[in-house]
Amino acid sequence: MAASTSQIFTRGIWKENPIFRLLLGLCPALAVTTSVENGIGMGLASTFVLLCSNVLVSLMRNFIPKKVRIPAYIVIIASFVTIVDLVMHGFFFELHKSLGLFIPLIVVNCVILGRAEAFASRNNVWHSFVDGLGMGLGFTLGLATLGAVREVLGNGSLLGISLFGADFPAVLVMILPPGAFLSLGLLLAGMNKLEERRAIRAGEKYEPPKEMDCGSCVLCDINQRLNEDIK
Amino acid sequence: MDDKSTITPRDLIVSASPHIHSGQDVRSIMRHVVYALIPALLIGFWVFGLSAVKVLVLAVVGCLAVEWGCNKLLNRESSLLDFSAIVTGVLLAMNLPSGSPWWLVLVGAIVAIGLGKAIYGGLGYNPFNPALVARVFLLISFPVQMTTWSIPGVDAETGATPLGAVKEAVSLGKTVMDVDLATTKDLLIGTVGGSFGEVSALALLLGGLWLLYKGIIKWQIPIAFIATTLFITGIAWLIDPAHYVSPVFHLFSGGLMIGAWFMATDMVTTPVTQKGMLFFGIGCGVLTAVIRLWGGYPEGVSFAILLMNATTPLIDRYTKPKVFGEA
Repeated sequence: MAASTSQIFTRGIWKENPIFRLLLGLCPALAVTTSVENGIGMGLASTFVLLCSNVLVSLMRNFIPKKVRIPAYIVIIASFVTIVDLVMHGFFFELHKSLGLFIPLIVVNCVILGRAEAFASRNNVWHSFVDGLGMGLGFTLGLATLGAVREVLGNGSLLGISLFGADFPAVLVMILPPGAFLSLGLLLAGMNKLEERRAIRAGEKYEPPKEMDCGSCVLCDINQRLNEDIK
Repeated sequence: MDDKSTITPRDLIVSASPHIHSGQDVRSIMRHVVYALIPALLIGFWVFGLSAVKVLVLAVVGCLAVEWGCNKLLNRESSLLDFSAIVTGVLLAMNLPSGSPWWLVLVGAIVAIGLGKAIYGGLGYNPFNPALVARVFLLISFPVQMTTWSIPGVDAETGATPLGAVKEAVSLGKTVMDVDLATTKDLLIGTVGGSFGEVSALALLLGGLWLLYKGIIKWQIPIAFIATTLFITGIAWLIDPAHYVSPVFHLFSGGLMIGAWFMATDMVTTPVTQKGMLFFGIGCGVLTAVIRLWGGYPEGVSFAILLMNATTPLIDRYTKPKVFGEA
Protein backbone atom coordinates (compact mmCIF):
# COMPACT_ATOMS: atom_id res chain seq x y z
CA MET A 1 0.00 0.00 0.00
CA ALA A 2 1.61 3.19 -1.08
CA ALA A 3 0.55 6.30 0.80
CA SER A 4 0.62 9.66 -0.92
CA THR A 5 3.13 12.30 0.11
CA SER A 6 0.53 14.45 1.84
CA GLN A 7 -0.79 11.45 3.72
CA ILE A 8 2.67 10.62 4.99
CA PHE A 9 3.14 14.23 6.07
CA THR A 10 -0.14 14.71 7.93
CA ARG A 11 0.04 11.29 9.56
CA GLY A 12 2.76 12.46 11.92
CA ILE A 13 0.89 15.58 12.89
CA TRP A 14 -2.44 14.10 13.93
CA LYS A 15 -3.25 10.47 13.26
CA GLU A 16 0.07 9.09 14.45
CA ASN A 17 1.24 12.04 16.50
CA PRO A 18 4.32 10.77 18.35
CA ILE A 19 3.26 12.16 21.70
CA PHE A 20 -0.51 12.04 21.74
CA ARG A 21 -1.09 8.94 19.63
CA LEU A 22 2.03 6.76 19.80
CA LEU A 23 3.12 7.92 23.27
CA LEU A 24 6.74 7.91 22.15
CA GLY A 25 9.51 10.23 23.26
CA LEU A 26 7.82 10.87 26.58
CA CYS A 27 11.07 11.43 28.46
CA PRO A 28 11.79 14.84 26.88
CA ALA A 29 8.05 15.50 26.56
CA LEU A 30 7.58 15.30 30.30
CA ALA A 31 10.92 16.68 31.41
CA VAL A 32 11.54 19.85 29.41
CA THR A 33 8.05 21.20 28.70
CA THR A 34 7.98 23.65 31.58
CA SER A 35 7.47 26.44 29.04
CA VAL A 36 6.43 26.85 25.42
CA GLU A 37 9.90 28.09 24.52
CA ASN A 38 11.58 24.99 25.90
CA GLY A 39 9.00 22.81 24.18
CA ILE A 40 9.49 24.39 20.77
CA GLY A 41 13.29 24.42 21.16
CA MET A 42 13.38 20.76 22.05
CA GLY A 43 10.88 19.94 19.30
CA LEU A 44 12.83 21.74 16.56
CA ALA A 45 16.13 20.21 17.68
CA SER A 46 14.55 16.76 17.52
CA THR A 47 12.94 17.57 14.16
CA PHE A 48 16.30 18.47 12.66
CA VAL A 49 17.87 15.23 13.90
CA LEU A 50 14.87 13.17 12.80
CA LEU A 51 14.85 14.73 9.33
CA CYS A 52 18.57 14.20 8.74
CA SER A 53 18.72 10.72 10.21
CA ASN A 54 15.67 9.63 8.23
CA VAL A 55 17.24 10.82 4.96
CA LEU A 56 20.63 9.27 5.69
CA VAL A 57 19.20 5.98 6.91
CA SER A 58 17.03 5.81 3.80
CA LEU A 59 20.04 6.51 1.57
CA MET A 60 22.06 3.77 3.22
CA ARG A 61 19.24 1.29 3.73
CA ASN A 62 20.61 -1.12 1.14
CA PHE A 63 24.15 -1.08 2.49
CA ILE A 64 23.56 -1.58 6.21
CA PRO A 65 23.64 -5.28 7.15
CA LYS A 66 20.51 -6.33 9.03
CA LYS A 67 22.42 -7.58 12.05
CA VAL A 68 24.16 -4.31 12.87
CA ARG A 69 21.40 -1.95 11.78
CA ILE A 70 20.58 -0.59 15.25
CA PRO A 71 24.19 0.39 16.10
CA ALA A 72 24.46 1.92 12.63
CA TYR A 73 21.30 3.99 13.17
CA ILE A 74 22.58 5.10 16.57
CA VAL A 75 25.86 6.28 15.07
CA ILE A 76 24.00 8.25 12.39
CA ILE A 77 21.62 9.80 14.94
CA ALA A 78 24.44 10.57 17.38
CA SER A 79 26.36 12.46 14.70
CA PHE A 80 23.43 14.78 14.04
CA VAL A 81 22.75 15.20 17.74
CA THR A 82 26.36 16.31 18.21
CA ILE A 83 25.86 18.91 15.47
CA VAL A 84 22.66 20.19 17.12
CA ASP A 85 24.31 20.22 20.52
CA LEU A 86 27.26 22.30 19.32
CA VAL A 87 25.14 24.68 17.21
CA MET A 88 22.74 25.34 20.07
CA HIS A 89 25.62 25.81 22.49
CA GLY A 90 27.10 28.37 20.12
CA PHE A 91 24.00 30.31 19.06
CA PHE A 92 21.22 29.65 21.57
CA PHE A 93 23.16 29.50 24.80
CA GLU A 94 20.26 30.24 27.18
CA LEU A 95 18.00 27.64 25.59
CA HIS A 96 20.86 25.17 25.56
CA LYS A 97 21.38 25.77 29.24
CA SER A 98 17.73 25.24 30.17
CA LEU A 99 17.40 22.07 28.09
CA GLY A 100 20.66 20.80 29.52
CA LEU A 101 21.17 17.06 29.49
CA PHE A 102 18.12 16.46 27.33
CA ILE A 103 19.86 17.55 24.13
CA PRO A 104 22.46 14.76 24.18
CA LEU A 105 19.62 12.45 25.19
CA ILE A 106 17.94 13.03 21.80
CA VAL A 107 20.21 10.16 20.70
CA VAL A 108 18.04 7.68 22.52
CA ASN A 109 14.73 9.38 21.68
CA CYS A 110 12.53 6.50 20.62
CA VAL A 111 10.65 8.58 18.04
CA ILE A 112 13.83 9.01 16.03
CA LEU A 113 15.04 5.44 16.35
CA GLY A 114 11.50 4.23 15.78
CA ARG A 115 11.11 6.12 12.50
CA ALA A 116 14.53 4.94 11.31
CA GLU A 117 13.61 1.34 11.99
CA ALA A 118 9.94 1.40 10.99
CA PHE A 119 9.95 3.84 8.07
CA ALA A 120 13.25 5.13 6.71
CA SER A 121 14.85 1.70 6.38
CA ARG A 122 11.99 0.57 4.12
CA ASN A 123 11.11 3.65 2.07
CA ASN A 124 12.74 5.91 -0.48
CA VAL A 125 14.55 9.11 0.37
CA TRP A 126 11.73 11.54 -0.54
CA HIS A 127 9.11 9.72 1.52
CA SER A 128 11.53 9.38 4.43
CA PHE A 129 12.20 13.11 4.28
CA VAL A 130 8.47 13.91 4.35
CA ASP A 131 7.88 11.40 7.14
CA GLY A 132 10.69 12.91 9.20
CA LEU A 133 9.29 16.41 8.68
CA GLY A 134 5.74 15.39 9.57
CA MET A 135 6.72 13.38 12.62
CA GLY A 136 9.12 16.09 13.76
CA LEU A 137 6.51 18.83 13.44
CA GLY A 138 3.96 16.62 15.18
CA PHE A 139 6.44 16.10 18.00
CA THR A 140 7.12 19.84 18.18
CA LEU A 141 3.40 20.56 18.20
CA GLY A 142 2.88 18.10 21.04
CA LEU A 143 5.72 19.56 23.10
CA ALA A 144 4.52 23.11 22.46
CA THR A 145 0.95 22.26 23.49
CA LEU A 146 2.13 20.55 26.64
CA GLY A 147 4.48 23.45 27.34
CA ALA A 148 1.70 26.00 26.76
CA VAL A 149 -0.68 24.32 29.20
CA ARG A 150 1.99 24.03 31.85
CA GLU A 151 3.39 27.54 31.36
CA VAL A 152 -0.02 29.24 31.44
CA LEU A 153 -1.13 27.43 34.58
CA GLY A 154 2.18 27.10 36.34
CA ASN A 155 3.67 30.49 35.60
CA GLY A 156 0.78 32.62 34.39
CA SER A 157 2.57 33.45 31.17
CA LEU A 158 2.83 32.38 27.54
CA LEU A 159 6.16 32.57 25.69
CA GLY A 160 7.45 34.55 28.65
CA ILE A 161 4.74 37.22 28.37
CA SER A 162 2.76 37.59 31.57
CA LEU A 163 -0.94 36.96 30.91
CA PHE A 164 -2.80 37.68 34.11
CA GLY A 165 -0.64 40.20 35.92
CA ALA A 166 1.47 39.73 39.01
CA ASP A 167 -1.43 38.82 41.30
CA PHE A 168 -2.14 35.56 39.50
CA PRO A 169 -1.52 32.70 41.91
CA ALA A 170 0.61 30.39 39.76
CA VAL A 171 -0.15 26.71 40.22
CA LEU A 172 3.45 25.71 40.92
CA VAL A 173 2.77 22.01 40.68
CA MET A 174 2.16 22.35 36.95
CA ILE A 175 5.79 23.21 36.22
CA LEU A 176 6.97 20.46 38.57
CA PRO A 177 7.15 16.82 37.41
CA PRO A 178 3.64 15.85 38.65
CA GLY A 179 2.19 18.65 36.51
CA ALA A 180 3.71 17.06 33.40
CA PHE A 181 1.90 13.80 34.04
CA LEU A 182 -1.34 15.57 34.91
CA SER A 183 -1.31 17.74 31.78
CA LEU A 184 -0.35 14.86 29.49
CA GLY A 185 -3.06 12.62 30.93
CA LEU A 186 -5.74 15.27 30.57
CA LEU A 187 -4.62 16.19 27.03
CA LEU A 188 -4.71 12.50 26.03
CA ALA A 189 -8.21 12.17 27.43
CA GLY A 190 -9.21 15.25 25.46
CA MET A 191 -7.68 13.83 22.24
CA ASN A 192 -9.57 10.58 22.70
CA LYS A 193 -12.80 12.46 23.26
CA LEU A 194 -12.25 14.45 20.04
CA GLU A 195 -11.43 11.26 18.15
CA GLU A 196 -14.57 9.58 19.52
CA ARG A 197 -16.72 12.51 18.46
CA ARG A 198 -15.16 12.50 14.98
CA ALA A 199 -15.74 8.75 14.61
CA ILE A 200 -19.36 9.00 15.70
CA ARG A 201 -19.99 11.86 13.30
CA ALA A 202 -18.42 9.86 10.47
CA GLY A 203 -20.60 6.89 11.42
CA GLU A 204 -17.65 4.67 12.36
CA LYS A 205 -17.35 2.45 15.37
CA TYR A 206 -15.04 3.99 17.94
CA GLU A 207 -12.71 1.90 20.05
CA PRO A 208 -10.47 3.60 22.58
CA PRO A 209 -6.77 2.82 22.31
CA LYS A 210 -6.09 -0.70 23.53
CA GLU A 211 -3.47 0.27 26.07
CA MET A 212 -5.86 2.67 27.79
CA ASP A 213 -8.65 0.24 28.62
CA CYS A 214 -9.30 -1.46 31.92
CA GLY A 215 -7.53 -4.63 30.83
CA SER A 216 -4.03 -3.23 30.75
CA CYS A 217 -4.22 -1.43 34.09
CA VAL A 218 -2.99 -3.20 37.20
CA LEU A 219 -4.59 -0.97 39.81
CA CYS A 220 -7.17 -3.59 40.66
CA ASP A 221 -7.56 -7.25 39.83
CA ILE A 222 -10.72 -6.95 37.74
CA ASN A 223 -8.81 -7.98 34.65
CA GLN A 224 -7.24 -10.97 36.36
CA ARG A 225 -10.61 -12.14 37.63
CA LEU A 226 -12.13 -11.75 34.17
CA ASN A 227 -9.40 -13.96 32.74
CA GLU A 228 -9.97 -16.56 35.44
CA ASP A 229 -13.68 -16.56 34.66
CA ILE A 230 -12.97 -17.19 31.01
CA LYS A 231 -10.77 -20.16 31.89
CA MET B 1 -54.36 -18.00 56.89
CA ASP B 2 -55.30 -14.96 58.85
CA ASP B 3 -56.00 -11.45 57.75
CA LYS B 4 -52.41 -10.90 56.75
CA SER B 5 -53.00 -12.60 53.49
CA THR B 6 -51.85 -9.55 51.64
CA ILE B 7 -48.54 -10.92 50.51
CA THR B 8 -46.73 -8.26 48.58
CA PRO B 9 -44.66 -9.24 45.58
CA ARG B 10 -41.57 -8.34 47.59
CA ASP B 11 -42.16 -11.22 49.99
CA LEU B 12 -42.07 -13.68 47.16
CA ILE B 13 -38.65 -12.75 45.81
CA VAL B 14 -36.24 -15.65 46.08
CA SER B 15 -32.68 -14.44 46.26
CA ALA B 16 -29.21 -15.64 47.12
CA SER B 17 -27.72 -14.99 50.55
CA PRO B 18 -27.13 -12.80 52.51
CA HIS B 19 -30.75 -12.38 53.54
CA ILE B 20 -30.27 -10.12 56.52
CA HIS B 21 -28.94 -6.70 55.69
CA SER B 22 -27.59 -4.35 58.33
CA GLY B 23 -29.10 -1.42 56.50
CA GLN B 24 -25.70 0.16 56.10
CA ASP B 25 -25.22 1.87 52.78
CA VAL B 26 -23.01 4.56 51.35
CA ARG B 27 -25.39 7.25 52.52
CA SER B 28 -25.63 6.16 56.14
CA ILE B 29 -21.89 5.57 56.41
CA MET B 30 -21.06 8.96 54.98
CA ARG B 31 -23.64 10.57 57.25
CA HIS B 32 -22.04 9.03 60.31
CA VAL B 33 -18.63 10.28 59.20
CA VAL B 34 -20.09 13.79 59.05
CA TYR B 35 -21.58 13.37 62.55
CA ALA B 36 -18.21 12.18 63.83
CA LEU B 37 -16.53 15.29 62.44
CA ILE B 38 -18.93 17.70 64.17
CA PRO B 39 -17.01 18.04 67.49
CA ALA B 40 -13.77 18.89 65.66
CA LEU B 41 -15.64 21.33 63.42
CA LEU B 42 -17.20 23.10 66.39
CA ILE B 43 -13.80 23.43 68.06
CA GLY B 44 -12.45 24.77 64.78
CA PHE B 45 -15.19 27.42 64.63
CA TRP B 46 -14.61 28.32 68.27
CA VAL B 47 -10.85 28.65 67.85
CA PHE B 48 -10.67 30.35 64.46
CA GLY B 49 -14.00 32.11 64.24
CA LEU B 50 -16.01 33.07 61.20
CA SER B 51 -13.22 32.57 58.66
CA ALA B 52 -13.31 28.83 59.37
CA VAL B 53 -17.06 28.74 58.71
CA LYS B 54 -16.43 30.48 55.41
CA VAL B 55 -13.81 27.92 54.37
CA LEU B 56 -16.12 25.04 55.31
CA VAL B 57 -19.12 26.38 53.41
CA LEU B 58 -17.04 27.17 50.34
CA ALA B 59 -15.42 23.73 50.32
CA VAL B 60 -18.67 21.80 50.71
CA VAL B 61 -20.57 23.88 48.16
CA GLY B 62 -17.57 23.74 45.82
CA CYS B 63 -17.30 19.96 46.06
CA LEU B 64 -21.02 19.50 45.46
CA ALA B 65 -20.90 21.83 42.46
CA VAL B 66 -17.90 20.05 40.93
CA GLU B 67 -19.53 16.66 41.56
CA TRP B 68 -22.68 17.85 39.84
CA GLY B 69 -20.67 19.25 36.93
CA CYS B 70 -18.63 16.05 36.52
CA ASN B 71 -21.76 13.91 36.57
CA LYS B 72 -23.32 16.06 33.85
CA LEU B 73 -20.15 16.06 31.78
CA LEU B 74 -19.61 12.32 32.00
CA ASN B 75 -23.29 11.35 31.67
CA ARG B 76 -23.34 9.69 35.07
CA GLU B 77 -26.22 9.35 37.46
CA SER B 78 -26.41 12.06 40.05
CA SER B 79 -24.36 11.13 43.11
CA LEU B 80 -25.01 14.29 45.07
CA LEU B 81 -27.22 12.60 47.63
CA ASP B 82 -24.79 9.87 48.66
CA PHE B 83 -23.07 12.39 50.95
CA SER B 84 -19.60 11.40 49.68
CA ALA B 85 -18.96 14.79 48.09
CA ILE B 86 -20.01 16.44 51.34
CA VAL B 87 -17.57 14.31 53.33
CA THR B 88 -14.81 15.15 50.86
CA GLY B 89 -15.68 18.83 51.16
CA VAL B 90 -15.68 18.78 54.96
CA LEU B 91 -12.37 16.88 55.13
CA LEU B 92 -10.82 19.21 52.55
CA ALA B 93 -11.89 22.27 54.53
CA MET B 94 -10.52 20.77 57.74
CA ASN B 95 -7.17 20.29 56.00
CA LEU B 96 -6.84 23.94 55.00
CA PRO B 97 -5.66 26.92 57.03
CA SER B 98 -8.66 28.82 58.36
CA GLY B 99 -7.59 31.99 56.58
CA SER B 100 -7.46 30.42 53.11
CA PRO B 101 -8.49 32.76 50.28
CA TRP B 102 -11.67 31.72 48.44
CA TRP B 103 -9.92 30.67 45.24
CA LEU B 104 -7.64 28.30 47.15
CA VAL B 105 -10.66 26.45 48.52
CA LEU B 106 -12.34 26.27 45.11
CA VAL B 107 -9.19 25.01 43.36
CA GLY B 108 -9.02 22.41 46.12
CA ALA B 109 -12.62 21.36 45.46
CA ILE B 110 -11.98 21.02 41.72
CA VAL B 111 -8.84 18.94 42.29
CA ALA B 112 -10.45 16.77 44.98
CA ILE B 113 -13.58 15.83 43.08
CA GLY B 114 -12.36 16.25 39.50
CA LEU B 115 -8.82 14.88 39.58
CA GLY B 116 -9.13 12.86 42.77
CA LYS B 117 -12.36 11.05 42.09
CA ALA B 118 -14.47 11.67 38.97
CA ILE B 119 -11.64 11.03 36.55
CA TYR B 120 -11.16 7.52 37.93
CA GLY B 121 -14.84 6.67 37.54
CA GLY B 122 -16.39 8.14 40.66
CA LEU B 123 -16.80 6.94 44.21
CA GLY B 124 -15.36 3.49 44.77
CA TYR B 125 -12.84 3.60 41.95
CA ASN B 126 -10.48 6.30 43.14
CA PRO B 127 -7.08 4.94 44.24
CA PHE B 128 -6.24 7.98 46.36
CA ASN B 129 -8.13 9.82 49.05
CA PRO B 130 -9.66 12.79 47.17
CA ALA B 131 -9.40 15.30 50.01
CA LEU B 132 -5.73 14.46 50.51
CA VAL B 133 -4.99 14.65 46.78
CA ALA B 134 -6.35 18.19 46.88
CA ARG B 135 -4.43 19.06 50.04
CA VAL B 136 -1.10 17.88 48.65
CA PHE B 137 -1.79 19.52 45.27
CA LEU B 138 -2.43 22.82 47.04
CA LEU B 139 0.52 22.42 49.41
CA ILE B 140 2.94 21.91 46.51
CA SER B 141 1.35 24.59 44.31
CA PHE B 142 0.73 27.34 46.83
CA PRO B 143 3.25 26.81 49.64
CA VAL B 144 2.85 30.35 50.95
CA GLN B 145 -0.94 30.35 51.29
CA MET B 146 -1.01 26.79 52.59
CA THR B 147 1.38 27.50 55.46
CA THR B 148 -0.04 30.82 56.60
CA TRP B 149 -1.58 29.67 59.85
CA SER B 150 -3.81 31.93 61.90
CA ILE B 151 -3.02 32.15 65.59
CA PRO B 152 -6.04 31.23 67.68
CA GLY B 153 -7.77 34.18 69.27
CA VAL B 154 -5.64 36.81 67.58
CA ASP B 155 -7.15 38.42 64.53
CA ALA B 156 -5.07 38.86 61.41
CA GLU B 157 -1.93 37.46 62.94
CA THR B 158 -0.14 34.37 61.75
CA GLY B 159 2.39 32.01 63.20
CA ALA B 160 3.82 28.53 63.02
CA THR B 161 2.16 25.22 63.85
CA PRO B 162 3.56 23.40 66.89
CA LEU B 163 5.38 20.92 64.63
CA GLY B 164 6.58 23.71 62.34
CA ALA B 165 8.07 25.60 65.27
CA VAL B 166 10.02 22.52 66.37
CA LYS B 167 11.30 21.78 62.88
CA GLU B 168 12.43 25.36 62.34
CA ALA B 169 14.25 25.53 65.66
CA VAL B 170 16.04 22.24 65.13
CA SER B 171 17.07 23.21 61.61
CA LEU B 172 18.56 26.42 63.00
CA GLY B 173 20.73 24.36 65.32
CA LYS B 174 18.75 25.07 68.50
CA THR B 175 17.49 22.42 70.87
CA VAL B 176 13.91 21.52 71.69
CA MET B 177 14.24 23.25 75.07
CA ASP B 178 14.64 26.64 73.37
CA VAL B 179 11.23 26.34 71.74
CA ASP B 180 8.14 27.57 73.48
CA LEU B 181 6.35 24.24 73.04
CA ALA B 182 2.59 24.07 72.98
CA THR B 183 1.35 22.34 76.13
CA THR B 184 -0.40 18.99 75.96
CA LYS B 185 -3.56 20.68 77.21
CA ASP B 186 -3.48 23.18 74.35
CA LEU B 187 -2.94 20.37 71.86
CA LEU B 188 -5.80 18.32 73.28
CA ILE B 189 -8.28 21.18 73.25
CA GLY B 190 -7.03 22.74 70.06
CA THR B 191 -5.90 26.24 70.94
CA VAL B 192 -2.85 26.02 68.66
CA GLY B 193 -2.08 27.03 65.10
CA GLY B 194 -2.81 24.64 62.24
CA SER B 195 -5.33 23.56 59.64
CA PHE B 196 -8.73 24.41 61.00
CA GLY B 197 -9.93 20.86 61.57
CA GLU B 198 -6.76 19.25 62.86
CA VAL B 199 -6.08 21.30 65.97
CA SER B 200 -8.15 19.54 68.62
CA ALA B 201 -6.87 16.04 69.29
CA LEU B 202 -9.61 15.34 71.83
CA ALA B 203 -12.51 16.23 69.53
CA LEU B 204 -11.07 14.12 66.72
CA LEU B 205 -10.49 11.20 69.06
CA LEU B 206 -14.11 11.45 70.16
CA GLY B 207 -15.27 11.31 66.54
CA GLY B 208 -12.96 8.40 65.79
CA LEU B 209 -14.27 6.40 68.73
CA TRP B 210 -17.84 7.09 67.58
CA LEU B 211 -17.02 5.64 64.15
CA LEU B 212 -15.36 2.65 65.80
CA TYR B 213 -18.42 2.12 68.01
CA LYS B 214 -20.72 2.35 65.00
CA GLY B 215 -18.65 -0.28 63.24
CA ILE B 216 -17.85 2.02 60.33
CA ILE B 217 -14.09 1.80 60.77
CA LYS B 218 -12.00 -1.05 62.16
CA TRP B 219 -9.38 -0.56 64.87
CA GLN B 220 -6.45 -1.91 62.85
CA ILE B 221 -5.53 1.11 60.76
CA PRO B 222 -5.79 3.92 63.35
CA ILE B 223 -4.19 1.92 66.15
CA ALA B 224 -1.36 0.57 64.00
CA PHE B 225 -0.80 4.04 62.52
CA ILE B 226 -0.68 5.81 65.89
CA ALA B 227 1.31 3.08 67.66
CA THR B 228 3.97 2.98 64.97
CA THR B 229 4.36 6.76 64.98
CA LEU B 230 4.63 6.72 68.79
CA PHE B 231 7.16 3.90 68.67
CA ILE B 232 9.55 5.51 66.18
CA THR B 233 9.30 9.04 67.54
CA GLY B 234 9.67 7.52 71.02
CA ILE B 235 12.94 5.81 70.14
CA ALA B 236 14.28 9.03 68.61
CA TRP B 237 13.25 10.94 71.74
CA LEU B 238 14.90 8.44 74.10
CA ILE B 239 18.15 8.61 72.16
CA ASP B 240 18.34 12.39 71.80
CA PRO B 241 15.72 14.36 73.75
CA ALA B 242 17.48 17.62 72.91
CA HIS B 243 16.59 17.45 69.23
CA TYR B 244 13.47 15.32 69.14
CA VAL B 245 10.22 16.15 70.91
CA SER B 246 8.41 13.60 73.03
CA PRO B 247 6.09 11.05 71.39
CA VAL B 248 3.15 12.49 73.33
CA PHE B 249 3.71 15.80 71.55
CA HIS B 250 3.82 13.96 68.22
CA LEU B 251 0.67 12.07 69.11
CA PHE B 252 -1.50 15.12 69.71
CA SER B 253 0.01 17.62 67.28
CA GLY B 254 -0.36 18.09 63.54
CA GLY B 255 -2.65 15.93 61.46
CA LEU B 256 -2.01 12.57 63.10
CA MET B 257 -5.40 12.34 64.78
CA ILE B 258 -7.51 13.46 61.82
CA GLY B 259 -5.31 11.40 59.49
CA ALA B 260 -5.39 8.20 61.48
CA TRP B 261 -9.10 8.23 62.34
CA PHE B 262 -10.68 9.85 59.30
CA MET B 263 -8.34 9.86 56.28
CA ALA B 264 -6.46 6.58 56.58
CA THR B 265 -9.70 4.71 57.25
CA ASP B 266 -11.36 5.67 53.97
CA MET B 267 -12.89 2.39 52.80
CA VAL B 268 -12.25 2.96 49.12
CA THR B 269 -8.53 3.61 49.24
CA THR B 270 -7.36 1.19 51.95
CA PRO B 271 -6.93 -2.60 52.10
CA VAL B 272 -9.97 -4.77 52.72
CA THR B 273 -8.41 -7.53 54.80
CA GLN B 274 -7.70 -7.03 58.50
CA LYS B 275 -4.10 -8.13 58.11
CA GLY B 276 -3.74 -5.73 55.19
CA MET B 277 -5.12 -2.92 57.34
CA LEU B 278 -2.43 -3.58 59.94
CA PHE B 279 0.28 -3.37 57.28
CA PHE B 280 -1.32 -0.20 55.93
CA GLY B 281 -1.38 1.43 59.35
CA ILE B 282 2.21 0.48 60.12
CA GLY B 283 3.35 1.83 56.75
CA CYS B 284 1.56 5.13 57.36
CA GLY B 285 3.15 5.38 60.81
CA VAL B 286 6.67 4.71 59.56
CA LEU B 287 6.37 7.25 56.73
CA THR B 288 4.82 9.89 58.98
CA ALA B 289 7.53 9.50 61.60
CA VAL B 290 10.31 9.56 59.02
CA ILE B 291 8.98 12.70 57.33
CA ARG B 292 8.35 14.46 60.64
CA LEU B 293 11.76 13.62 62.09
CA TRP B 294 14.04 13.87 59.09
CA GLY B 295 12.01 15.21 56.14
CA GLY B 296 11.85 18.69 54.63
CA TYR B 297 8.22 19.25 55.67
CA PRO B 298 7.26 19.56 59.35
CA GLU B 299 4.21 17.32 58.82
CA GLY B 300 4.01 14.09 56.85
CA VAL B 301 0.62 12.54 57.55
CA SER B 302 -0.93 13.44 54.21
CA PHE B 303 2.07 12.26 52.18
CA ALA B 304 2.24 9.05 54.21
CA ILE B 305 -1.42 8.20 53.62
CA LEU B 306 -1.25 8.98 49.90
CA LEU B 307 1.88 6.86 49.46
CA MET B 308 0.27 3.98 51.30
CA ASN B 309 -2.91 4.42 49.20
CA ALA B 310 -0.72 3.63 46.20
CA THR B 311 0.35 0.33 47.79
CA THR B 312 -3.20 -0.75 48.64
CA PRO B 313 -3.73 -3.00 45.59
CA LEU B 314 -0.42 -4.70 46.35
CA ILE B 315 -1.27 -5.21 50.02
CA ASP B 316 -4.67 -6.58 49.06
CA ARG B 317 -3.08 -9.02 46.67
CA TYR B 318 -0.62 -10.38 49.24
CA THR B 319 -3.06 -10.60 52.12
CA LYS B 320 -5.80 -12.37 50.21
CA PRO B 321 -7.19 -15.08 52.49
CA LYS B 322 -6.40 -18.61 51.37
CA VAL B 323 -9.27 -20.71 50.11
CA PHE B 324 -10.04 -23.33 52.80
CA GLY B 325 -8.52 -26.68 51.97
CA GLU B 326 -6.17 -25.38 49.32
CA ALA B 327 -2.45 -25.22 49.76
